[in-house]
Amino acid sequence: MVTQVTSFSRNGLSDFIVQRATAYILAAYTVFLVGYLLIQGEMVYADWQMLFSHTWMQIFTMLALVSTCAHAWIGMWTIGTDYIREHYFGQSANGYRLIYQVICILTLASYLFWGVKILWGN
Amino acid sequence: MQVSVYRYDPDKDAAPYMQDFDIELPAGKDLMVLDLLALLKERDETVSYRRSCREGVCGSDGVSMNGKNGLACITPVSEVAKGGKLTIKPLPGLPVIRDLVVDMEQFYAQYRKIEPYLINNEVPPTRERLQSPAEREKLDGLYECILCACCSTACPSFWWNPDKFIGPAGLLQAYRFLADSRDTATEERLANLDDPFSVFRCRGIMNCVNVCPKGLNPTRAIGHIRNMLLKRAV
Ligand code: SF4
Ligand code: SF4
Ligand code: FES
Repeated sequence: MVTQVTSFSRNGLSDFIVQRATAYILAAYTVFLVGYLLIQGEMVYADWQMLFSHTWMQIFTMLALVSTCAHAWIGMWTIGTDYIREHYFGQSANGYRLIYQVICILTLASYLFWGVKILWGN
Repeated sequence: MQVSVYRYDPDKDAAPYMQDFDIELPAGKDLMVLDLLALLKERDETVSYRRSCREGVCGSDGVSMNGKNGLACITPVSEVAKGGKLTIKPLPGLPVIRDLVVDMEQFYAQYRKIEPYLINNEVPPTRERLQSPAEREKLDGLYECILCACCSTACPSFWWNPDKFIGPAGLLQAYRFLADSRDTATEERLANLDDPFSVFRCRGIMNCVNVCPKGLNPTRAIGHIRNMLLKRAV
């Protein structure tokens, strides 16, 4: 049976708020990056290094990364509970959905750790 | 005119099938789809459908006509037929009892959940609970729903989770009582709606608005409920 135990916050309203708030952060980050690229023109390694050496940029990027994970999890969870149900997959639906959710979580966690490594690794 | 009708009698048929009829439409008249169904019944009396008022009031003859839900009795054939062809199917997503007759239990179960009646635990006044004209006006566009289920059965979110998502019809009625100045159960009503499914499965596709034969706007009502939930939370 589809239940809400694996949803982001187990509450529709806070999931909704988190999804909206993270969407704004992601939109701001995208607009900033695209704008920056357009203004700067061609960028070489040193320019990227320079940009990401600022603390505010690192925080902004971390925010965007965490937002991606929360935003994507809420969305992917919704898709999974829409389509991976007994109605289509019979008795094994719960198993399939669990596998799907684990894959989603692993992927998102990897993005997060990978991003942290890029930002603060050497 | 070629009419194709969904046929299924669970007692006899292994699977649903489509039956085609060639119908001569009377010249100079635009029949309603319900009249067309009556003509089919003259040809084959086993064709089953529900109807009662035949004037868009009772909500019993919701069907899918060339893919769009609506009431057969107030939908002119000319409006839905394309290239002299019309396909009539039961409302999508609900179990079929027979031919065009669907089992509405899932739909009513969601309706029951929102407690579709006035709740007021204060001592009743001697005569009646009065409303100002402005308060009464807030119920316009809400109370007119005839529970035909055209909207909920056009809603993908309701197809996917009919047991958990209230659906556009139920939510329109939920808001009808949230907006009623005489109802005192606002808090309880909202508390019953803030899980991830009941309201928040609405993805704003607006299929519901597109098909409602009464011209109502469930999406807007759902937006109001969401705002009330937000206000209550912050
Ligand atoms: S707007 Fe919401 S309720 Fe209406 S059809 Fe779309 S998902 Fe369903
Ligand atoms: S909102 Fe419209 S389509 Fe939905 S049940 Fe009511 S009258 Fe029918
Ligand atoms: S028969 Fe009553 S609404 Fe169509």
